[in-house]
Amino acid sequence: MKIVVCVKYVPDPASQPRFTAGHTVDRENVPGRLSELDEYAVEQALRVVDAAPDTHVTHLTVGPPQAAEALRRALAMGGHAAVHVSDDALAGSDASATALVLAAALRRLTPDLVLCAMASTDGGTALVPAMLAEHLELPQLTFATEVSVDAGTVRVRREAVQATEELAAELPALVSVTDRIGDPRYPSFKGIMAAKKKSLQTWTLADLGVPADQVGAGAARTVVDEITARPPRAAGTAVQDDGEGAWHLAEFLATKKFI
Amino acid sequence: MAGIFVLVGHIEGQVGKPSLELLTLARRLGTPIAVCSGSAPEALGQYGAERVHVIESEDIGAHPIGWVQALAELAADTPPDAVLTEATPHGREIAARLAVRLGGGVLTDAVDVQPGPDGPVVTQWAFAAGFTVTARVARGVPIIAVKPNAVVPTPAPVEPAVTRARLVPDEASLRTRVVSRSVRESTGRPGLTEADIVVSGGRGLAGPENFALIENLADALGGAVGASRAAVDAGWYPHTHQVGQTGVAVSPQLYLAVGISGAIQHRAGMQTSKTIVAINKDGEAPIFDLADYGVVGDLFQVVPRLLDEIARRRA
Ligand SMILES: Cc1cc2nc3c(=O)[nH]c(=O)nc-3n(C[C@H](O)[C@H](O)[C@H](O)COP(=O)(O)OP(=O)(O)OC[C@H]3O[C@@H](n4cnc5c(N)ncnc54)[C@H](O)[C@@H]3O)c2cc1C
Repeated sequence: MKIVVCVKYVPDPASQPRFTAGHTVDRENVPGRLSELDEYAVEQALRVVDAAPDTHVTHLTVGPPQAAEALRRALAMGGHAAVHVSDDALAGSDASATALVLAAALRRLTPDLVLCAMASTDGGTALVPAMLAEHLELPQLTFATEVSVDAGTVRVRREAVQATEELAAELPALVSVTDRIGDPRYPSFKGIMAAKKKSLQTWTLADLGVPADQVGAGAARTVVDEITARPPRAAGTAVQDDGEGAWHLAEFLATKKFI
Repeated sequence: MAGIFVLVGHIEGQVGKPSLELLTLARRLGTPIAVCSGSAPEALGQYGAERVHVIESEDIGAHPIGWVQALAELAADTPPDAVLTEATPHGREIAARLAVRLGGGVLTDAVDVQPGPDGPVVTQWAFAAGFTVTARVARGVPIIAVKPNAVVPTPAPVEPAVTRARLVPDEASLRTRVVSRSVRESTGRPGLTEADIVVSGGRGLAGPENFALIENLADALGGAVGASRAAVDAGWYPHTHQVGQTGVAVSPQLYLAVGISGAIQHRAGMQTSKTIVAINKDGEAPIFDLADYGVVGDLFQVVPRLLDEIARRRA
């Protein structure tokens, strides 16, 4: 079986985000990393390998040159190979263009199972998995909290707003996983060393047959006109509880008409 | 005026507040055209839906892709000027797939939508709600997933024209099978994303039995119950109540954080609340940096006394 895990290189959530002149997220000039939520998807792929060692796992990303770091990190966790779609024309791509390019790469990689995180930790729109499923005409099983693959069928459990659901589909299929699905493993020293020797290919748009005018800032379907930092919330009053804390809080809630 | 498709959710005729908010926003942009399943609830006309498309299909409610097909078929008939959905996982999936199918552009997590010279202008909060973003769709149909509480729903009664269409799911729609579905029992409390008041508990609660304190406080204030991931991971409270980056994002009038430190991932889901109150025994906890009012103290002392004080004031 072939699994492809789609991963993203994102600004480190601990650092202050920066934006390009075109109001897109600056991923090149700030410290970045493999999106934490993607580690859960990588972990699930590796668990399939643990159970069925003939499974082949490829990590796939679309991103600037630095995004190779995210692939190295995923490879250090495990898996066999990585593909980095990188092209100057991609700068400023929105979710639609990113999904278009990932879909083109997935068509070439022909996986049985596509694994994604529930969302990225930067944009956080959760759009790309569903867009990929639509492009590739794959059944989508999203927001999984449990996943199992057996005899050509994938099953997931998910906690939707109103119900707990079990979904199933025949492979090929696309699954997105949440951070409830099981803690990702930490790369071992051996894993980090081994990752350096694993295949990491770089593909361009021309390799994928995607016309450059369908991606990048010029083709973006969505445009950001303005980004402004919200004024930080000012810390208000804090009282030390000396037995009267609850009374003071009740006073505050009453003046605000909550009681 | 052009049509604005509004995907409406209702349970046996009870239209959810978020759907009424969508209809209210749609009126700013054009003529609201509600799309729903089963029946055409009266509330849709009361909130300005000039047209209601009722999709008849046994199990369309559960799975997004049936809705994608239904909306795409309607759009093929009369292309809308915009499509509005709720920014729930369900609504986002529909928005994402529909955008690919219609060649539209999609914006999620709208906290405001206004008409503009080049189509709807959408306001979003990004990066743990640290930034305000104004965006629009430059190519294709604007498809906008809107967060709850983006607007106060206001009635504008009309007599809607109701049309019914039967959906014959295409092969792609049937490939994801719903094997089982157990609907969660209602707690009787307001829904987390819609509530005006949210009371959340964290690791400081020290055990599942103590969540009764949070529930009692929520009930005393007429609010919903939330939880931090630490409390959810420990199995103290169901995941559907998790507030934060990988839970739900809430924006109530009052958010009360009890025994929660205020990690960035938690803040991502609550820092746009109008008023924030924290109860935490550690005066250095980051939650105090954003709290309008804080009590530095032991929650097991403060919360029971607060409950007494609320009861005393009400008596
Ligand atoms: C990818 C990712 C996604 C995440 N998503 C989320 C998310 O959606 N939501 C979320 O909440 N977290 C999320 N987290 C986890 C987050 O980083 C924190 O670990 C979590 O929010 C901590 O929960 P807490 O505040 O309850 O626990 P802690 O950080 O342990 O804080 C407990 C607090 O309780 C106080 N306390 C203890 N005893 C008492 C007492 N008797 N009286 C008063 N106060 C007391 C302590 O002083 C402390 O401040 C995510 C993390 C990652 C990596």
